[in-house]
Amino acid sequence: MRNNTFQDRRWVIAGIFSVIILIYIIRLFSLQIVETKYKIGADSNALLKKTIYPPRGLIYDRNNTLLVYNRPAYDIAMILREITDLDTLEFCNTLNITKDYFCERMKDIKDRKKNPGFSVYTPQIFMTQLYADEIANMQQNIYRYPGFYIQNRTLREYTFPYAAHVFGSIGEVSRSDIERDPYYRQGDYSGRDGVEFTYEEHLRGEKGVEILLRDSKGRIRGKYRDGDADEVPIAGKNLTLTIDIQLQKIGEELLNGKIGSIVAIEPQTGEILSMVTNPGYDPSILVGRSRSKNYNELVNDPAKPLLNRATLAQYSPGSTFKPIQALICLQLGGINEHTRFPCNGENSVPIRCSHYHGSPVSLLNAIEQSCNPYFWQAFRATLEKDGYGEKNSSFKTNYQAWMDALYSFGFGHKFEDSDLFEHVKGNIPTQNYFNRYFGETGWRALTIRSLSIGQGEVLATPLQLANVMAIIANQGYYITPHLNKSDTMLLKKHVTAVDSSCFPIVTEGMWRVFEYGTGRYYKIPGLDMCGKTGTVQNNFGKDHSLFVGFAPRENPVIAIAVVVENAGFGATWAAPIASLMMEQYILGKIDRHYLFDRISTSILNPDVQKR
Amino acid sequence: MFKRDSVTYSIDWLVLLLYFTLVIMGWFNIYGASYDLDHEGSMFNFDFRAGKQFVWIITAFVIGGVILLLDYRFFNYFAYYIYALTILLLIVTIFIAPEIKGSRSWLVMGPISIQPAELAKVSTALVIAKWMSRYNFKMKALRDFIPLIFFILLPFGLIVLQKEIGSALVFTTFLLVLYREGMKGEILLMLSLFIVLFIVVLKYSATPITNAEGTWGLVLAMGIVLISQFVYAYFVNHHKKESWILAGGVTLLSLISIVLNKWVTVNFDYVAIAITAATALYWLIIELIKRYKKYLFPAFMTLVAIGFCFTSDQIFNRVLEPHQQVRIKILLNMEDDLMGAGYNVNQSKIAIGSGGFWGKGFLNGTQTKLKYVPEQDTDFIFCTIGEEHGFVGSVLVLILYWWLLMRILSMAERQKEAFHRIYAYGVASLLFFHVMINVGMVLGVMPVIGIPLPFFSYGGSSLWSFTILLFILLRLDASRLERR
Ligand SMILES: [Zn+2]
Repeated sequence: MRNNTFQDRRWVIAGIFSVIILIYIIRLFSLQIVETKYKIGADSNALLKKTIYPPRGLIYDRNNTLLVYNRPAYDIAMILREITDLDTLEFCNTLNITKDYFCERMKDIKDRKKNPGFSVYTPQIFMTQLYADEIANMQQNIYRYPGFYIQNRTLREYTFPYAAHVFGSIGEVSRSDIERDPYYRQGDYSGRDGVEFTYEEHLRGEKGVEILLRDSKGRIRGKYRDGDADEVPIAGKNLTLTIDIQLQKIGEELLNGKIGSIVAIEPQTGEILSMVTNPGYDPSILVGRSRSKNYNELVNDPAKPLLNRATLAQYSPGSTFKPIQALICLQLGGINEHTRFPCNGENSVPIRCSHYHGSPVSLLNAIEQSCNPYFWQAFRATLEKDGYGEKNSSFKTNYQAWMDALYSFGFGHKFEDSDLFEHVKGNIPTQNYFNRYFGETGWRALTIRSLSIGQGEVLATPLQLANVMAIIANQGYYITPHLNKSDTMLLKKHVTAVDSSCFPIVTEGMWRVFEYGTGRYYKIPGLDMCGKTGTVQNNFGKDHSLFVGFAPRENPVIAIAVVVENAGFGATWAAPIASLMMEQYILGKIDRHYLFDRISTSILNPDVQKR
Repeated sequence: MFKRDSVTYSIDWLVLLLYFTLVIMGWFNIYGASYDLDHEGSMFNFDFRAGKQFVWIITAFVIGGVILLLDYRFFNYFAYYIYALTILLLIVTIFIAPEIKGSRSWLVMGPISIQPAELAKVSTALVIAKWMSRYNFKMKALRDFIPLIFFILLPFGLIVLQKEIGSALVFTTFLLVLYREGMKGEILLMLSLFIVLFIVVLKYSATPITNAEGTWGLVLAMGIVLISQFVYAYFVNHHKKESWILAGGVTLLSLISIVLNKWVTVNFDYVAIAITAATALYWLIIELIKRYKKYLFPAFMTLVAIGFCFTSDQIFNRVLEPHQQVRIKILLNMEDDLMGAGYNVNQSKIAIGSGGFWGKGFLNGTQTKLKYVPEQDTDFIFCTIGEEHGFVGSVLVLILYWWLLMRILSMAERQKEAFHRIYAYGVASLLFFHVMINVGMVLGVMPVIGIPLPFFSYGGSSLWSFTILLFILLRLDASRLERR
């Protein structure tokens, strides 16, 4: 037996053991508690988060006709980190794309400027909105391309090829969308215009997530925690529009071959019954992969089919302004129901009359016959009823009152609470404008006389003109024109500056237009209709043909404005179109087939004929 | 001779309890690690890993029981025979073992495969205990020391021939036993220094010195050697004058070479080696003049270190196999290929890291269930603990091992017989080495050397050999109260 020397070395050995174990405990602490990257690494390893897109809300018309629905489509997503041994050429052939497109797409995906959410660990959208037949080949061969996945999506489908500007379209979200709203990821789609834009949050629903377990070979091994952590997508809410699709259809057919627009409103509710603009396009061409190509064609089309003329084009209202002028002059005391003014026909100064009628002319006759001299004299009588005053101050006070009244009719400003995608404010010239132009005292009624007959600086959109008709139909108020049938717009009446007592005589005058005046050929038998034609000079080609009106005279159900650009007399084109629209809406059908056929087949501008 | 009562009375119940705890925890973790989402087998289903391990555990208990029934002197008497038998098995294995994953270490006998290398650990522990407990054994005497080294190197060499480098490296742990029994501590220190030099040379061998020839690897390694010299002379021997002359001379020579580099291209590798070789000469001269009798060995070791470092690159490139080169490179952060060879370690870090403080819960680990971690029920079993039982579970397991190790050390020191004590140190060293390397590799701080985690890793050979190892110790320890 040996002596047990070196006994103290047990402590050295125990020390070595303890130090190593302690180092490992510290290492565990840093791995498991301090560092977070390993937890993220584990999730991106094992959990495949598949976005489940909710079906977008359906869109119905006011009579619950389905207008916009969804059909299945497919996205190809990829997780860059998982892509191995990709045979690019074969892959491109399977998808029927070019190699250039493939490289371009890959470059865009990796570009963090274009795609801020890029990561090699998370699914990135490679191609979107493929139809079942386009993806069939890929679906069979997807196993050959590890890292690529097929995601189910939906694409918009349209029952009718109409109302494209009402619906708007859906497009890929931009970088700013992604930064603004955390809901969106690269490759997502959102409404870009129309109600698809305005009601994006209403229609889009809530995305769901399916969390799948994926093993080290990329195979799906079932659901994470048996699906407890999944989020079920919530379908978008449906949207019922105020549009009457039959009326919309008739409107689009009537404008065939013409540049112009129609806006029809239900006066009591402000609901837009139809909003037609021509040239337009079939909404289904801006869906799916052909979207960008077709969109570019539309953008470059000189006839501007993307422009919604109903809300974005501004016109001098011309003679259609006369009923409004009459109302304001009555209200401001420039005239009363019995006021008559002389008319010298063609020899009238400073504004000629283009019609033949007796003189002096009454207000009713002046509206019926569209007598320019009457409205000039009424306008002057209103603005100068108190003389000019010190430095034109009395005149300017009256001008301001005239302007304010016009403003209360919806002119010169946007409908702030409207759900319309885009609309413009038109124009009412301000005092400042004339002061700058003519000097502080350099202008008086005579200077701005063209305003009396709706020419000159006053500009309005067809939407504003239709809204004015709704005001007259309502005898003094309007509800902001809107497209969502189930909103709360009705709660807010906009009352005009003109007392309701002023309206009957103007309504009577407008009724006379259909009975005896420029609209008499287009009166619907047995129906009391009110309206006013307008023929507006413009610097580019023929006069614009305008018509505004409402019907029936008692308890009106439709107020309408029609503009046909460069078409000539208001009575020739706009009036019959408005009349047919009113017939369709009030009677539910069109009996005057000869008139409908004549108008809808008249091609005034071959460039905008429907193909 | 059979005193059953005395065995049950005097057996170390704590060690037995720790053993059972670790084995049962291991069994549950093997069930967790091999648990397949598609086939939920029971823990007793013999078609699955956990069920098979259950059989191994039961047989291990039987073996342990049999060992406890044997006379404690059996192991001392038969140590050489057991060792010889094992060596024979190792030799046979080289020739008849089929190649499995690049190694020839498994003896297949019908349905059972065993790894003789595992048994060699036990028999080597026994044989060195027997040899070192000889009457009048002296560590410094070459006639005692050389056979001792031979006993360790023989199985080491045979296992290397089986291409099981990992298992072979286990035998280096017996240096701890030798240290406890009187081997110079400097040898352990030197060994550590050489490992540091090796790592430095490899890690910086690809980092060139700007605007000059050579790489940082050799220069830094030589710097470490010079600093070691200075520390030894100044702080250990308090030869301040000699130390300052050394430091001044080295600095001067270095500056001259740096300045020279402006006109002629200097190869700093050679400069570093030349300066270091000069210091060896310097210490030899001092030794000749002053006769301190303290610098002969350091001067010799300096020359050895120069040779070692200079050939390290070649050792690295020629002795180690390519996959081991890569593993070591990854450990030294010289390669960062997460999908290639670094995959295992990275995935195992992810699995453990994702466990957090409390872990994901038993059978709830995603990384291990989905097979991201390779060999997760054998070499990487600690991942399952880390992922499913978190920091708490991992630390608990480490503490159990630490407790067991400390207990064995105190058991060793209470033995009256040197054979028992030395054997106990052999057991502790083997256990420690396995835990250190295995857990270290899973935590990404040790190279990936495929050795099992004692009591945890799936497999009969490993469980059996550690059971035998531990139960022999228990049996020897139980004898301390027996009449002689
Ligand atoms: Zn007239």
